[in-house]
Order: sequence, then structure tokens, then C-alpha cells
Amino acid sequence: MSTANIILMIAVSVAVTFFLRILPFFAFSGDRKMPEWLDRLGQALPPAIMAVLIVYCLKDVPYDLKNAAVPKLLGVAATVISYRLKHNSLISLVSGTAVYMLMIRLI
Amino acid sequence: MTGININNIRIGFVRALPIFFSYVFIGMAYGITMAESGFSWYWSMLISLFVYTGAYQFVLISFLAGGVPMLTLIMTALLMNSRQSFYGLTFLKDFNAMGKRRLFMIHSLTDEIYAIDCTLVGMPDEQRRDVMFWLALFGWFFWNLGTLLGGLTGQLLPFNFEGIDFCMTALFVTIFMDQWERIKDHSPAAAGLAVGGICLFIFGPSSFMLPALIIVSLMLLIFDKYKGRADKNADKKEDRH
Repeated sequence: MSTANIILMIAVSVAVTFFLRILPFFAFSGDRKMPEWLDRLGQALPPAIMAVLIVYCLKDVPYDLKNAAVPKLLGVAATVISYRLKHNSLISLVSGTAVYMLMIRLI
Repeated sequence: MTGININNIRIGFVRALPIFFSYVFIGMAYGITMAESGFSWYWSMLISLFVYTGAYQFVLISFLAGGVPMLTLIMTALLMNSRQSFYGLTFLKDFNAMGKRRLFMIHSLTDEIYAIDCTLVGMPDEQRRDVMFWLALFGWFFWNLGTLLGGLTGQLLPFNFEGIDFCMTALFVTIFMDQWERIKDHSPAAAGLAVGGICLFIFGPSSFMLPALIIVSLMLLIFDKYKGRADKNADKKEDRH
């Protein structure tokens, strides 16, 4: 790869990624007001997106029982239980991650 | 908005802490992988500063090392990062009110920053936006710090940190639970889980996310229309009384 080629590939990556991030802002800037239904969609989306992100994180669970399913589900269980008990997200992050890291070393 | 509020910086830092380890370590892994593929730290930094997206940056390494048709690169970037378009929808008003910081806020809206932004409740808008800015800046800084360290050392750490990325999963789970308790209407959360799960089986692990987000958004729009009609009917009934 020539340096010019590398720079071009990086520049295109920057452009595409930034384009995707600014896309919703493009549509409604200046005089064009955001329609109410879109505003309400934006407010309703967070829990739905969080749910899809959780599925994304666990995407290999149904396909890899030994290496993914057991450690990940135990890690999620530790996160859920500690959050129920303490209601502190930092404690839950540490306990969930600790259980997962331990499990991938033990299994 | 102008001026620096130490208290807001402190809140932003504390809120960014959950992603400290994963951003620094995954950033390091990125810098190391780039170094192993023959790219000096300044290439890794350039990409981490301006592309700033987790998984795609790793895919880009193989593109840079081996070469790929530009159309493939564009399509891969579009498909892997298209979910980012959905995140802005929640913060259109906030970011548009942030003046000079607006473009940085748009650039730095990753999965994790979006998730943490959603947890900032019970603050006046102006303070919340200031905290969002500092939190985004810390996240960006952590990622680039990791990239720089990885690129410079180019070798693995004394301790094996494999599995540290699980804290992202744990972060999303705690935020999901927090939202479940805070928001009365559970239909978006339930729809997200159901559609995510079904799409995972239909489209497979590597390409389910975009269809899942599109379908879930359409479902929320239908829920919204249905609810709006129900509210109007309720209003009409009240008018009659």
C-alpha cells in the first residue's frame, strides 16, 4: 500500500463514519423543524437500542455454548443480581466482568 | 455553556469511568494490532482520533494492510456503522443547542457514550449538556490514550486482560435495568429484546443489527400512532363529560 492509498482509505472511512453520525442532524437543521413524531421516536428509542445492544453483545451465545454461552450468561447474571442488590452500576460492572473473566479462564 | 465548570467536569469524569478500562484496553489492543501489521503509532492515532469507532477500526486494519476495492471499504463502513445514525435522533435538540461543541458531540457519539448520555436525568438542560460534553471528551481521550500506549509499546501487557471488554455488556445491562425501573412504558424495551433476538436468528450474528434497529424503529412509530389515537379518543370522551 502506498502512503497516498492509505491516506485515501482513512479519509474515506472518516467521511463515511461522520456522514452516518451527522445524517439525522442534516435532515433537521436551520429552518426545517423536526416533526413531533421524530422527536417522540428519539425519546422512545433508548431502551430499545439498549436491548438491541445487549443482544449484540450476546450474539455468539446461541452459536457457541461452551466458550460464549456459559461465561457470558453467568456474567450477565452476576451483573443483574448485584444491580438488584446494590443499585450501583460500577459495582455491577466490576462483579459482572470479574465473573466473566474468571469463567473464560476456568472453562 | 461558555466557561469551565469544574463540578460538571468532575461529574463527566465519574460518568465516563465505567468505560475507562474497556476504552483504554481495547484502544491498546487496537494500537498493538496496528503495530503488528506494520503501522506506526501515528497512523493508529490518526484513525482513532478521526474515525473513532470500535469494531470497524479493526476491520480497517486488514483493508490497509492488504488493500481492498474502495467500494468494499465504503460498503463495510456503511453497514458496520449505520447504527450510529440512530443515536443522534435522541439528542437532536441537545446537540443543536451546543454551538461550537455541536460537531464534536456528533463525532464522539459512540455506542457507549450514547448509553451513558441516556442515564443523565434530573439535571437542568444546560448542565446536562455540559456534562455530556465532558463525558464525551473523556471517552474520546481514553480511546486515544489506549491507542497511543498500544502503538508505542507494541507488546502485550504483563497481565492478560482478555475478557475486559465484557464490561461493555455489563454497562448496557445496568443501563437497561435502570431504564426499565425509570420508564413506565416497557414496550420499547420489550420490542428491542424480541426484535433483536428474532433478527439474530434470521440474519445471523454479523448482520442483524441494522435490520433490528430499522424494524424496532418502525414498531415504535406504529406504537406511537396507536397511542396517539388512543389519547385522542380519551380526550374526546373527556370532552363529552
